[in-house]
Amino acid sequence: MKVLDQIISQYIDPYYMRIIVLVGINIILALGLNITTGVTGQLSMGHAGFMSLGAYTSAILSMRMGAPFWLALLVGALVAAAFGFLIGLPTLRLEGDYLAIVTIGFAEIIRVFFLNFQPGGKAVGLSGVPQNTTFSLVLILVVLVIYFNYRLLKSRLGKAFYAVRENEIAAEACGINATRLKVLSFVMGAFLGGLGGGLYAHYMYYITPQNFDFARSIEILNMVVLGGMGSIPGVMLGAGILTVAPELLRVVADYRMLFYGALLVVLMIFRPNGLLGDIRVYDLKKRLGRNEVKPCKS
Amino acid sequence: MFLQQLINGITLGSTYALIALGYTMVYGIVQLINFAHGEIYMFGAFTGLFLVSIPGVNIGIAILGAMAVCMVLGVLVEKVAYRPLRGKSSRLSPLISALGASIFLSALMVLIAGVNTRPYPNVIPVSFYHIGPVQLSSSQLVILLVSSLLMVGLQLLVQKTRIGKAMRACSQDLDAAALMGINVNRVISYTFAIGSALAAAGGVMVGIYYNAVWPYMGTMAGLKAFSAAVLGGIGSIPGAMLGGITLGVLEIMGVAYISSSFKDAIAFGILILVLIIRPQGILGQKISKKV
Amino acid sequence: MQILSLQGVSQEFGGLRALDGVDLAVKEHSIFGIIGPNGAGKTTLFNLVTGIYRPTEGQVLFRERRINGVPPFKVTRMGIGRTFQNIRLFSRLSVLDNVKVAADWSQAAGIVSTLFGLPKYRREENTSTQRAEELITMMGLYDKRMEYADSLAYGEQRRLEVARALASNPTLLLLDEPAAGMNSTEKAELMDLIWRIRDEMHISILLVEHDMHLVMNICERIAVLDYGRKIAEGTAEEIKNDQRVIQSYLGVEQ
Repeated sequence: MKVLDQIISQYIDPYYMRIIVLVGINIILALGLNITTGVTGQLSMGHAGFMSLGAYTSAILSMRMGAPFWLALLVGALVAAAFGFLIGLPTLRLEGDYLAIVTIGFAEIIRVFFLNFQPGGKAVGLSGVPQNTTFSLVLILVVLVIYFNYRLLKSRLGKAFYAVRENEIAAEACGINATRLKVLSFVMGAFLGGLGGGLYAHYMYYITPQNFDFARSIEILNMVVLGGMGSIPGVMLGAGILTVAPELLRVVADYRMLFYGALLVVLMIFRPNGLLGDIRVYDLKKRLGRNEVKPCKS
Repeated sequence: MFLQQLINGITLGSTYALIALGYTMVYGIVQLINFAHGEIYMFGAFTGLFLVSIPGVNIGIAILGAMAVCMVLGVLVEKVAYRPLRGKSSRLSPLISALGASIFLSALMVLIAGVNTRPYPNVIPVSFYHIGPVQLSSSQLVILLVSSLLMVGLQLLVQKTRIGKAMRACSQDLDAAALMGINVNRVISYTFAIGSALAAAGGVMVGIYYNAVWPYMGTMAGLKAFSAAVLGGIGSIPGAMLGGITLGVLEIMGVAYISSSFKDAIAFGILILVLIIRPQGILGQKISKKV
Repeated sequence: MQILSLQGVSQEFGGLRALDGVDLAVKEHSIFGIIGPNGAGKTTLFNLVTGIYRPTEGQVLFRERRINGVPPFKVTRMGIGRTFQNIRLFSRLSVLDNVKVAADWSQAAGIVSTLFGLPKYRREENTSTQRAEELITMMGLYDKRMEYADSLAYGEQRRLEVARALASNPTLLLLDEPAAGMNSTEKAELMDLIWRIRDEMHISILLVEHDMHLVMNICERIAVLDYGRKIAEGTAEEIKNDQRVIQSYLGVEQ
């Protein structure tokens, strides 16, 4: 692994390396949110909260308790997942609108908590997080996460998630325990959020509660919404575009949030399923394959 | 001491109530959480700031001016970001669009006025009134008076006028109202306009009270006011008033008697508790699903 | 045995009494019909039986067990399947998946097995695919099994809903206006299908319908609802000649 890093760092400028690693981390974060929001349709606007839980937990474990990196990452993700369960269980019985607000509230509570959390450095944050996140590690994890997501969405669990999003009442009529699945999707999303947070902390060396604010949650949501809700390649595309663009367009950094906001509105009006969300693999197969009489589609 | 905090809480709560009314009316009529509402409140505050820096403009004009501007803004947001999505089956898209509108507006204000906090010039001559053990500052008095006036006015509007009746009809059953010949689009626009006007007034007064405005003040206040609306019973106008004041009191009490660092978390804690224990709020009614 | 019985069931929404003191009993392995004007409470009754609403008064007994307020997914798992008046298919899942999804709840393989594609999961998938394909073939949809559900014709979508409802292995099937929008050929096929479900699959059927010809033809017993009350119950002959029913619903022959 280290060999790979050495080779890569010889050929690629550190600046671009940084962007690539961040894209990788964002892909993991966004795929997590994708499970909750893209596939199961539960709008979660507090994903940064899970990220911060993973980040702080893993950072403190690494720095104060000398835990091995993989353990710190894992525990961070598990802590985030546990909170996903705690938040999800009581609130996922409610209408989607309320859930959205509660997720914002939850993320805010987490942020306020860390602002006042002495071991986390309060507002000043934590500095000196061992930089264990390497390019090759992120690469491996991204591949793994993509693989598991792919398997998930193909499996009957993934299809059940999707059914809950499409038509919850019909899903219940099929014997699907919608509440349980919603909570599960929340927990899975939170786990990946925490994992991404841990990777982030061990890459950036320095974290503060500001890194995990509402704007961050929106950024990740944008990746899912832009790329395509429920579509793995779509989410990867969204993560790529929205990580790279602000870097390349530093000039327009001031206009970034303006652009994000307008983008969300425009997307919802014209292409609510994102760039790739409407593309169905079966359609592609048909068009590329034999010529068949196509059924009438509206 | 307790009474003093109570008065402080009611004052703060009145501003929450003004914002909460906008949320509750819009939710009652189109079942949408208007995320951009907090930003309307913020725009109101800034408009007021802009107006009072013009010599000769007093607070009354500032409030009225802010209300007018925000009425237009609110209607515009509805037309652009919400109306095209009405009737689409997905519950997710209008929410995300609302979120986008909210982000857009706050980013817009950042571009216009910069990120930093701006002070409010002293529009109200500072003085203190003593009623028994309680001390009221002049700005507190203004807030209490103006918000009471506005809330009473709203109740009159909703209960006694034709447009109010139309609003009530639409919030009960939009389709039936349309079938009765009510111009539903116009009623919805009015609802947004009125809610925005109230929030704008709240914004100006908060700016004066705290002597400060900044582009992101809408996010926090908006979320708290939404919690207040839910507490009182979303969709219920008296509920929003009750919820707002209650939340203000609870927040001030929390700061005074528990700790000030968790001030912002109090509103969210209450929101989560309400949604778990009694989702319809204090005055709300249980809504059954239509299958 | 009475597979389903409603005793003194009332349903109130705010001030509205959608159902008022309804008594009903469906014999096992029979076809029972519910008719009545729009707004009489028929769909409310279905929603009540399937757990979407909890009755304000009275009892709902399934296989002599009280199921008031049991959540919908549990009701399905206990053996009650249903179709919907407005088609509620999963439009972006394939025809096959729509049906499989309803058969899946009974599978036991856990998350780990699912994510890693372990043998237990694969075996169960094969079983449920087979079962789904059987049902799809029965509905004449086998050729379209890989199409997305929203690309089907209306009549096919209705048949898919029935297949899906059957996939959850019910002993009682609730059909909400299954013949809506069908032409006479399709309706004849539907009647055959319903008979097959009763006779070959031994499933009891409760159906809501407006098509009198269909109802009179296949229902062993019929109940008539009006304004939330049951105003008559009996065989097709009895109902056809019942004065109250004629007045409120059927009308006089011209």
